[in-house]
Amino acid sequence: MTTAKTDEVVKEPPVPATPSDQRERDRMRRRLARRRGGGWWPYAFLAPWFIGLFGLTIYPMLDSLYLSFTDFDLLTPPQWTGTENYERMFTQDPVFWDSVHATLVYVVVSVPLKLALALGVAMLLNRDLKGIGLYRAAFYLPSLLGGAVAIAIVWRQVFGGDGLFNDFLAWFGIKGQDWISSPDTALYTLVLLAVWQFGTPMVIFLAGLKQLPKDVYEAAAIDGASPVTRFFKITLPLLTPIVFFNVVLQIIDAFKTFTPAFVISNGSGGPLNSTMLYSLYLYKKGFTDLQMGYASALAWVLFLVIAGFTAVNFIASRYWVHYDD
Amino acid sequence: MSAITPAQSPKSPLQKLRSATGSRRIYMHTLLIGVAVVMLYPLLWMLSSSFKPDTEIFTHPGLIPNALRPENYSEGWSGSGNSFSLYITNSLIVTIGAVIGNVISCSLAAYAFARFEFRGKKIWFGLMLGTLMLPTQAVLIPQYTIFYNLTWINTYLPLIVPKFLATDAFFIFLMVQFIRSIPRELDQAAMMDGANPLQIYWKIILPLMKPALITTTIFTFIWTYDDFLHQLVYLQQNDKFTVPLGLTLFMDQTSGSSYGAMFAMSTLALLPTLICFLVFQKRLVEGLATSGMKG
Repeated sequence: MTTAKTDEVVKEPPVPATPSDQRERDRMRRRLARRRGGGWWPYAFLAPWFIGLFGLTIYPMLDSLYLSFTDFDLLTPPQWTGTENYERMFTQDPVFWDSVHATLVYVVVSVPLKLALALGVAMLLNRDLKGIGLYRAAFYLPSLLGGAVAIAIVWRQVFGGDGLFNDFLAWFGIKGQDWISSPDTALYTLVLLAVWQFGTPMVIFLAGLKQLPKDVYEAAAIDGASPVTRFFKITLPLLTPIVFFNVVLQIIDAFKTFTPAFVISNGSGGPLNSTMLYSLYLYKKGFTDLQMGYASALAWVLFLVIAGFTAVNFIASRYWVHYDD
Repeated sequence: MSAITPAQSPKSPLQKLRSATGSRRIYMHTLLIGVAVVMLYPLLWMLSSSFKPDTEIFTHPGLIPNALRPENYSEGWSGSGNSFSLYITNSLIVTIGAVIGNVISCSLAAYAFARFEFRGKKIWFGLMLGTLMLPTQAVLIPQYTIFYNLTWINTYLPLIVPKFLATDAFFIFLMVQFIRSIPRELDQAAMMDGANPLQIYWKIILPLMKPALITTTIFTFIWTYDDFLHQLVYLQQNDKFTVPLGLTLFMDQTSGSSYGAMFAMSTLALLPTLICFLVFQKRLVEGLATSGMKG
C-alpha cells in the first residue's frame, strides 16, 4: 500500500511585503497549512494517544528509572539507595541469575523451533489441497488460546506424573516421569507449550509465501532446480523480510512470557527456580515481596535486554534481509 | 496473443509442483492430519476429562469416557466461594470496556496518522511503533503506583482506562494500514462539500474501516479476556475476580481433589475464545497476516 502524496510544496509569491500584503499572505499561508496539516485537528484526534503515551508510557518509564535507584515498598516514600539494587542483582542475588538462565534457555530454544515449525507447516499449507482452510484453522487455534490460564492448567496435567504425555510414551515402552516437578525438564514443558503455539508466525509466513512471484519458480523448475535448491535460493531469500519480522516479534514475546510459568509452577517458579522466567521473578519481587524499587531495576534490565536484542536484530538484518527495492 | 483457456493449456511446471496428484496427495493429507491431531489432542483431552469422574481422568487416558459425569460442570460452576457466573460477569465488564476503548481511541489516532501532515509526524509515528515493542513489564511497576495513588486498585479502571488512551499500538498500526487503502478522493470530495475532519472521520472513514474495527474488536476481546498478568496485579478481592483469576483460585483450593470440575471450568473458560475463533476465523487470520506483510 502506498500513500498518495497530495501535499505539494507551496511556493510563496515573491511580492514586497506591505503590511496589508503581509496580512494577506499570512492568511493564505495559514489556510494552506490548514488544508495540508488540518491545523489543530490531528492533535485533537491524537489527544487520547498523547495522554496515554506521556501518562502511561514515557512518565512511567522515567519514574521506574528513578525508582530503580531507591528502596520502595509502595507504602512509605522511596529511599534513595544509588546503584544498590543493580549491584545486588548482579552480585548477591542467585535467584536473579536462575531467572536469567531460565529465560535465555527458553528464548534460545523455543523461538528457533517455533519459527522453523511455522515456516515448515506454512510451506505444506501453501498448495492446492482440499480442506486447506481447516488445517490452517487447526494449526492456528492453539496460538489463539495460548495465553489462557486454562491452557496452562491443561499443560500442567498433560505433563504431570500420570498425565497424557506419559501415556503416549508408554505406547513406545518408554517409562515417563513427572516432567513438571523435575527441575531438569520443567522448563522444557514450557518450551514445548511455546512451540505448540506456532500458529501466529505460521499465518504470517503463509501470507508471505502467497505473495512470492510464481514466474521465478516456474523458471527455476524448468531449469531443473531441486526443491531444496528452490527453497534455499528462492523462497528463503525472498521471505527474509517476513522471517525478520517474525524473529523480532517472537523474541520480544518470549521474553515477556508469564502466564504458563506462573500457572505451571503455582506461582513459585519451581522446582528449584527452573521455571522462574524473568517476568515471573519481576512479578514476585514487585507484588509478592513489595520490593518495588528492586523490581523497577529488574524491569529496566529487561527493557534494556529486549531493546538490545531488537537493536542487534535490526543491525544484523542489514546483512541477511533482502528487500525488493 | 491467443487466449488459451485453462482447460486446454498444459499444466505449467509450477502447477505440476503445487497440485500434487494421487499418492502424493494422500501422503500430504496424512501428514497434515497427523499434525492436526497432535495440535488438537490436548484440547480434546481437556474436553473429555471434563466429563470424566476424577478416578478415571488419569487411569483411563482415552478420549471416550467410560462413564459420563456432567456434574463436574455444576460443581465447578458453584465453585469455591463464588459462583463462576460472577467471574464471567466481571470478565465481560472488563472486556467490553476494553473493546470500546480500543475501537474509539485507536481509530482516532490512526485517522490522524493516516490522513494529516503535521509537525513531527514521523517522530510520533516512530514512537508509536516503538511502544509496540515495549514490554508491558517495563512499565508495570510505575503504572501500578500511579493507579495505587489514584486508589484504583481492586477496581476495573486500570484494566479499562488505558484502552481509552490508545495504549495498544498494534491496533493503531493495523488501522493506519487500513485507512491508507481507502481512496483519499472520498475525503476530498467530502471536504469540498464542507465537511470538517471530524465529520469525515465519522461519516466516511469509520463506516469504510468496519473490517479493521471488527478485527480490533475480536482481538481486543480475546487478548483482554486472556490477559492474566494485569488482572492478577490489579484485582485483589475474590468478588472482583475475572475468569482467569477464578480458574487459578479453583486450581489452588481443589488441588488433588476435584480435577473433573477444574477441567469443566477450564473448558468453559475457553468457550468465548473458541466461539470467536469459529465465527471469525477468516478475519482473525487475515488481520494477523496483513500485520506481518508490512514488515
